[in-house]
Amino acid sequence: MLEIKNLHASVGGKEILKGIDLKVNAGEVHALMGPNGSGKTTLAYVLAGRVNYEVTEGEVLYDGKDLLAMKPEDRAREGVFMAFQYPVEIPGVGNAYFLKAGLNAIRKHRGLPELDAMEFLSLIQSKMNLLGLDESYMKRGLNEGFSGGEKKRNEIFQMAVLEPRLAILDETDSGLDIDALRVVANGINSMRSKDRAMLVVTHYQRLLQYVVPDFVHVLSGGRIAKSGGKELAEELERTGYAAFEEPATSAAPVGP
Amino acid sequence: MAVTADAIGAYRSDFDSFLLAVDSGEPEWLQETRKGAIRRFEAIGFPTLKMEDWKRTDVRPITRIPFKVDPSQDPPRIPGDLIEAYTFGVLKCSQLVFVNGHFAPKLSYLRWLPDGVRVRSLGELLQRRPRDLEPHLGRIARVDKSAFTCLNTAFMQDGAFVHIPKGRVVEEPIHLLFVSSSRPEPTVSYPRNLVLMEAESQATIIESYVGLDKGVYLTNAVTEIRVGDGAVLDHYKMQRESEAAFHVSETAIHQDRSSNVASNSMSLGGGLVRNDIDTRFQGEGSGLDLNGLYFLHGQQHCDNHTFIDHATPNCSSRELFKGILDGRSRGIFYGKILVRQDAQKTNARQTNKNLLLSKEAFADSTPGLEILADDVKATHGSTVGQLDENAVFYLRSRGIPEETARAMLTYAFAAELINQVKVASMRIKLDQLVLSNLPSGEILQEVL
Repeated sequence: MLEIKNLHASVGGKEILKGIDLKVNAGEVHALMGPNGSGKTTLAYVLAGRVNYEVTEGEVLYDGKDLLAMKPEDRAREGVFMAFQYPVEIPGVGNAYFLKAGLNAIRKHRGLPELDAMEFLSLIQSKMNLLGLDESYMKRGLNEGFSGGEKKRNEIFQMAVLEPRLAILDETDSGLDIDALRVVANGINSMRSKDRAMLVVTHYQRLLQYVVPDFVHVLSGGRIAKSGGKELAEELERTGYAAFEEPATSAAPVGP
Repeated sequence: MAVTADAIGAYRSDFDSFLLAVDSGEPEWLQETRKGAIRRFEAIGFPTLKMEDWKRTDVRPITRIPFKVDPSQDPPRIPGDLIEAYTFGVLKCSQLVFVNGHFAPKLSYLRWLPDGVRVRSLGELLQRRPRDLEPHLGRIARVDKSAFTCLNTAFMQDGAFVHIPKGRVVEEPIHLLFVSSSRPEPTVSYPRNLVLMEAESQATIIESYVGLDKGVYLTNAVTEIRVGDGAVLDHYKMQRESEAAFHVSETAIHQDRSSNVASNSMSLGGGLVRNDIDTRFQGEGSGLDLNGLYFLHGQQHCDNHTFIDHATPNCSSRELFKGILDGRSRGIFYGKILVRQDAQKTNARQTNKNLLLSKEAFADSTPGLEILADDVKATHGSTVGQLDENAVFYLRSRGIPEETARAMLTYAFAAELINQVKVASMRIKLDQLVLSNLPSGEILQEVL
């Protein structure tokens, strides 16, 4: 489904990704781990199509198509979804209004009829329950005044509604207490299917106790330094990233 | 300079003929008010860019055009359906319509009003019962404030007079609609409104200024409002002049004890626009919400000056002005809050936010506080920026096209003020107007 070949990318003229190779098949969950500044979030953004992330070398194929040539909205319509580490607050744009606009854009692209307000509401009801979001949520501004946990639940809720084929979850566990983590992990697990692939970007192994990956990759200095099964995450939990840390000069944290 | 001197001379000679025409019936105080105003105008002349209050707005385009008053006794016949676009749909309200400054009784109607409430043409009252006006007219607005207020006072002929007696509650809005329609020569109108709300009364007043065609004209409007003890006023000013038109306005509001005012100024039209809003707390325990939205494109220029005078203790004012500037437009906000020495326990908040939609658009923001009391809570702030690219990306990442995402975010910026409009049909209208001004706003209309 996703094939990343020798991907190099820079932000503000500084090279962050230095040759990533990764293959993800439908039905697989891959965890992408690594120390701060290793390029995890950069990779997620490059896949979602954020501007100012300049790909200098390599290619990314999604179902055999050139993903990097697509606009962010086209990627979403083709089934790519990113759960943000820091979702944006947009007062004045209602959650329901926003999500319906996105869903209908995607449905239109897939040749499905657009949903009216009633159909949309009945579609989202069970998914709201799954993520523990109540009625008032739909009326509020997009992420407006949401706690960190609510924002993360909202990201997974959006994923549940938009039903992507490739989900990239960027540090979805950060800032969650244990109860919220369980709710979010439950939401993610409910979305696992043989047609859907997931790329779970995380610094800690915590989330992976609930969302058990098929493969684990360790990113360091803009490259995949090691790949393995779920036991690799457990190993990292014991040993830390010390073995993968690079000299300070070549790795620098990149903001959201 | 010569042009300006000529212009002053032209207004003076127009005034002399005007005075001869109206002389017959007018009481002496009114004649003296007019003469005082024209003398003041001659003394101060038109504002220049060297004056602090006018440094961003060059009025020479106004002074270069020899505007004349529409002399017609009968206002031009405007078919009712032509002005329907400027009314508020199914809104149940009383409506006074003025065409080129003259009251148009055929387009106006009053719905049931509580006992003693008067909503009528100021011009008629000036002719028939000027004594009713003498204690109030020109006492709220600072007549000497600028050349334009002077000219309005010198030439005023018509406008609305609204009087709500003590304790009366007018539930339906009162809509004052000022329509301009092109004539062969550039026309000026001087709408003059006087709103008197006695103690414990309540009303909603909407002023609309609209152009029916793309003509060049000047609207020079002055509205004076007195809000009595414990009275509640919802006030709206909707400016949708022609984009070739000039609009200069002064809104003066005096608030007595424990009164509450929400005033919303929406500026969407006009080529060169200057709005002055001056409010004064002159009794304790009152509140003011002063909101403004200016949405400009093309070459539009809109200058908003607000002055909030906290002259008495325990009053609170919240001010929010937002500008959306596209094309090569220029939006100016100049706000001043004065907290006088006696005005202890004042709570004042002033905010101006500007959203630039194009590289050529220009925003200028000067918020200001002058605090002479020592037990006061006062804040002010202003921002000028573009759409948040993080937000644009967030929306796009959910499948929403870039143009729609930008329109959504621009709309969201305006929504905070649109939602302040309590008259539902007007809020819907404003929604549509904002959307129709947005690039690809029609897409958004489908989604809404």
